[in-house]
Formats: sequence, C-alpha cells, structure tokens
Amino acid sequence: MAENDKIIDEVVANDYKYGFTTNIEQEFAAVGLSEDTVRFISAKKEEPEWMLDWRLKAYKAWLKMEQPKWQNVHFPEIDFQSIIYYAAQKRKKVINSLDDVDPEIRNTYDKLGIPIQEQKLLAGVAVDYVMDSESVITTFRESLKEKGIIFCSISEAIREQPELVKKYLGSVVPQRDNYYAALNSAVFSDGSFVYIPKGVRCPMELSTYFRINAENTGQFERTLIIADEGSYVSYLEGCTAPMRDENQLHAAVVELVTHDNAEIKYSTVQNWYPGDKEGKGGIYNFVTKRGICQGKNSKISWTQVETGSAITWKYPSCILKGDNSIGEFYSVAVTNNYQQADTGTKMIHIGKNTKSRIVSKGISAGNSQNSYRGQVQVHRTADNAYNSSQCDSLLIGDKCGAHTFPYLEIKNSTGKVEHEATTSKIGEDLLFYCNQRGLTNEEAVSMIINGYCKEVFKQLPMEFMVEAQKLLSISLEGSVG
Amino acid sequence: MLSIRNLNVGIAEKQILKDFNLEIKPGEIHAIMGPNGTGKSTLASTLAGKEDYEVLSGEVSFNGKNLLEMSADERAREGVFLAFQYPVEIPGVSTTNFMKAAVNAKRKHQGLEPMDAKDFLKLMREKMTLVEMNKEFTSRSVNEGFSGGEKKRNEIFQMAMLEPSLCLLDETDSGLDIDALRIVANGVNKLRDYKRSFLVITHYQRLLNYIVPDYVHVMYGGKIVKSGGKELALKLEEQGYDWIKEEVGELAN
Repeated sequence: MAENDKIIDEVVANDYKYGFTTNIEQEFAAVGLSEDTVRFISAKKEEPEWMLDWRLKAYKAWLKMEQPKWQNVHFPEIDFQSIIYYAAQKRKKVINSLDDVDPEIRNTYDKLGIPIQEQKLLAGVAVDYVMDSESVITTFRESLKEKGIIFCSISEAIREQPELVKKYLGSVVPQRDNYYAALNSAVFSDGSFVYIPKGVRCPMELSTYFRINAENTGQFERTLIIADEGSYVSYLEGCTAPMRDENQLHAAVVELVTHDNAEIKYSTVQNWYPGDKEGKGGIYNFVTKRGICQGKNSKISWTQVETGSAITWKYPSCILKGDNSIGEFYSVAVTNNYQQADTGTKMIHIGKNTKSRIVSKGISAGNSQNSYRGQVQVHRTADNAYNSSQCDSLLIGDKCGAHTFPYLEIKNSTGKVEHEATTSKIGEDLLFYCNQRGLTNEEAVSMIINGYCKEVFKQLPMEFMVEAQKLLSISLEGSVG
Repeated sequence: MLSIRNLNVGIAEKQILKDFNLEIKPGEIHAIMGPNGTGKSTLASTLAGKEDYEVLSGEVSFNGKNLLEMSADERAREGVFLAFQYPVEIPGVSTTNFMKAAVNAKRKHQGLEPMDAKDFLKLMREKMTLVEMNKEFTSRSVNEGFSGGEKKRNEIFQMAMLEPSLCLLDETDSGLDIDALRIVANGVNKLRDYKRSFLVITHYQRLLNYIVPDYVHVMYGGKIVKSGGKELALKLEEQGYDWIKEEVGELAN
C-alpha cells in the first residue's frame, strides 16, 4: 500500500511537465471581441485589404451564429468578451536567422524538448514554432525552397503568396462552416502554410509546434496545406500549454487539399494542459480539421494522439471527391481525471471507387468521458465506395464513461460499409493477472495500452511514435493503484 | 519452502480460511481436494496476493521470507506462480510481448539484464513444445479467442517460461477434455524437479492419475481435515465427501 501511495505521489508531482510559463514582454489586443479587435489583428499582421474584408465577413457571420449544443461534453458558457484574442512578443528586431530568436523563447523550446535548431535531433524535421498568436521562426526554409516547397507562417503566406491563399483559404472549411470555424476565420492569428509543388516528394517531415503561453488568451491558429499533383508531404503537429486554473479556448482550423495522385499525411500529438486532478483549468480544444481529396488517386491520412485538453472536440474529416481517392483516420484519444472528449471523423464519399478507413481507440480513466462520433456518407455519385470502421473503447476503473455515436448515410447501393466496435475494460482481474506474472500496475497498464493502440501508433513517424508511447503512459499514470 | 501457520482469511466480512496450516517442502507435490465452497480457491488467491482477500491473522513464510508483506507482483517475481482457474484475455498484447515483459520483470528483480531477443525466442520455442503449443498462439493476443483448453495450456506454458519455485494450480483440469488434460499434465510433469513445489487444487481424482501427488489433503470448512497419500484421492473418488463430513461432524461434537 505504501508503495502504491509512493507511485501515485511521484505521478502527481510530474504528470504535466510542460506546465511552466515563459517570461517575455508581450503585447495584447484589448480584452473582448468586436470589429475593432478583428481590425487590430489584421493591422498587427500588416495584412492586405482583401484579408481584412474576409475576416470581417466571417466576424459578421459569427455574430449571427449560435454555439452548437449537440456534442456530448459539458462546460459552463464561454464568455467571448473575456478572452484576449491576440498576444505576441514585442518585437525589437526582425528575425532573420535562428540566432535572432529571444533567448527566453529559445529556452522555452529547449525545455519542451524541441530545441530551435537545424542540427542534431531535429535534422530531419523542419519546424514552424508558434507561440500564442505569432510564429516565432520556421527552420529549414531555404533548403525546402530549393525544391519549390513553401513552408512558412500563414501570416507570411498572406503577404507573400496572396494568390495561393486567396484560392484555398476557406475552400475546405468555409467561414460559416460552424460556430468556432467562423470565430477562427475572424480572429485567427498564426499557423502554418505549406505548398508542395507538382511531382515533389517533400524530403523531410514538416512540423508545427504550437505553444500557448499568455494568460486569458485564446489561441486561434490556421493551417493550410496544399499538395499539388503527384506530390507527397508528411506533416506533424504538437501542442502544449502552461498549467493554469482558468480554462483557455483553442479554436483552430486546418485545411488540407490534395490534387491528382498527391498525398498528405497529417499527424497530431495533442497535449494541451488537461486541467488538474479535480478538473480545474485546462484547454478547451474546439478544432475543425478537414481535408479534400480534390484530385483522382489522391490520399489524405489523419493520425491523432489526443492526450491533453480539458475538453477535446474535433472531427478530422476527408471529402473524397476525386475518383479512387482514399481517406484514413487513425485516432487514440485518452481521457483521465475529469477530461472530456468528443472526437471522431467524417468520411464523405463523392468520387467513384473511393475508400476510407477509420480506426479509433478511445481510452477512458478516472472520472472522464470519452465519445467517438463518426459519420460515413456515401453520395449517389460514389459508385463502389468502401468504408471500414473500427471503434474500440477501453475503460480503466469504474467511474469513467465511453460512448460511440456512428452515423451512416448511404445513398449508393454499390457501396460497402463495415463497422466494428468493441468495449473492453482494464479491471481488477486483468491487473491481478498481470501482477501475478510479475508486472506492477504501471507496467501492466502501459503494456496493455500500447498493445491496444499499436495499430494507430505504427502510423506515426518514428520520432513521434516513441514520444506518443511515453506521453500515453504519463497521462494514465496514477489511474490505477 | 512454504509454511502456512494458523492462517485466517476473509472476504467481504465472511471468514473463509480458518486456522489453516500447511507445510510444503522443496520438490513436493501437494493436492488439495474438497467440496465446493470450502476455500480452495481462496487459498490459492490469498497466496498469490489478490487484494480482495483479507488476511485476518496467521503467517505464511516462503523461502524464509514473509509472503504476506509482499505485493502480488513482488510475490510473482520471488517465484510464486498461479495457474488461473479462469485466465483473463489481454486484448492487443501478444503472448510473446506479455512473456517478454514478465520474464524481464523477473530478471530485473534478480539483478539481471533483460534477455536478448534471440535467446528469448529460443526459450519460447523450447517451452512451447512442453505443452504442444502451436507457434501461432504466441503472436495472438493473450487468451483472446482461445478455447478453454488452449487457455489452460497457455497457463502451463507461462509457468514453464517463468520457472517459479512454487506453482499453484487452481482447478487447471476444469473444462478440459481428456487429450487436453493429458497435455497439461505432461507439461506439469516435465517441470517437476527436486526443488520446484506444486500445490494442485482439484475437484477430481482424474487429474491425479497424471500428476501424481506426494500428499493429498481434504479441505472442509476452511481448513484441512484429512491428509494422506495418493490413495486418499482414490477413496474420495469412490465414496465422495460425505464420510469426511461425518468424521468432521463427530469431531465437532
């Protein structure tokens, strides 16, 4: 018993190791949201007129929309007038090279384990570092440029690639798509922009690391990735935030576009601050992620490992418009303590011979609630569409909940849709069985979880896989004992 | 090597084991028989350290150490193995990975390095033949979709892998057809040596035709009421437990 207490104490002491804050001089927008806030953000970013108009249109649409209530999560009403919509480091000089980055910020990323550098550990990954509302720096830009690849912050793309941005921004997630997408369209601050030209296979992983630092601010990033004909890119996204007692809103939009024969592989390891053991604080992670397989034989694959956030609410989706296109969704969503997650995907089959695959692994522990919500639509035009869905839930302890909400809409009789769902439990009997073979509770849970998530983990790039396995063990430590 | 003295155990406010005593020496096989609900499985679970069972009083010394002070996983690493009556399924974890974790947990406890992959696979192959286990079982999730007989074979396979000094077999014969029974019993017999001890819990004498015990004990009302050699099991098979109950009744009066 004493041993168990010791383990739990250790766990409580170090469960969220990214919870520190960085002391840098920042400037903020005034608290609250109005047309002026939108103008302020646009001006700060030195945006052209068309972008401001686009934002204002979204803002006006948002004013008329209502917060959705259908999701299986519960939280107090958000006061949108108490949020700060822009926070960025006060710039003293223009950043031209890695050496120009503020030592405090550099130190922050060192502590997070993703040092701002182009050598050693991260030699194979180009990273866009985003803190609060601004991109700090993007590495490897020059070597990528040689291949015609554009990898920069979205703010920069708006200024320097207006034609591409105008063409694609909002083309997958329209401004009025949903309440939080409209809000994001009005006030989005930064995020990444990727363009892979025809026939180019991106030689390295592209990655964005999102960090919330400032207090009482919301983070609204916007990511846009375009893979032109015959190109390929693998993109990774990571996120953390300091531990705070208040809930912070994170409402991002991600849009992916693949043209003929192109492929985008998008991986997320989401580790926003989940709140404390009593459910105080934590990030509200309300995100719209959608990709369109515009061209024939194209492919979009989402892989997500969701361990953080007080509330996670997102459905990375694929619109399979091009004939023979493929959409994939691999997800591990973990909730512990008082976390809530309502996550899944939408696969919309429009083109002929389109295929989709859904593998969702939910893990609930503590007093948490974990829902899978997935929709498969087969349109009249989608001859020979094929979907296979597998939704598994794993419960640890008896105070948590797992829920599955599958929706199927089939309008073409040549389609084939397969759905499989299982629920299992790490109960006392299973733990005792493992104990009896010499494994501690922690070892047993870690082994069971990693086995359970194997199918999803193997989709992740190598560096992320190890990270994800560790992260999972950490988020579930103390859930038994 | 195992010495149980005046052990009293309860579960959910109900006392099951009452002043239970048993002494097992290295290399001995003890069989415990008795009617349903007399505490046979409670004894096995208590020795293995299942938390639901509350030790009210008594002592258990295992290889000179106080067994009752150890957690279930410590007892396992010290060499106590329980072949479960109802082995659980572990979805997503292959028998190979499960055994790798278990073998290495034990090695770590003994201050040894983890076993390298080649040696481990060799060990697996060697022990699989003991219970005539097909190679495909080891890549499947532990016990998932296994038949009753396959699960019990897997228990004996794991026992062989972990090389315990005390093997507790909790009704390993229940639900086995005669062929599976023979395979399981053969596996156990091959693991017999001069220092490994066995405590075999069973309802039926039939298992003891294959695993020949040194001692047979009859449990009734939470304690051993009669002990003898293997011929005692035969008598029970012929005459049932009523005569035991009568004897105990007379003693009580």
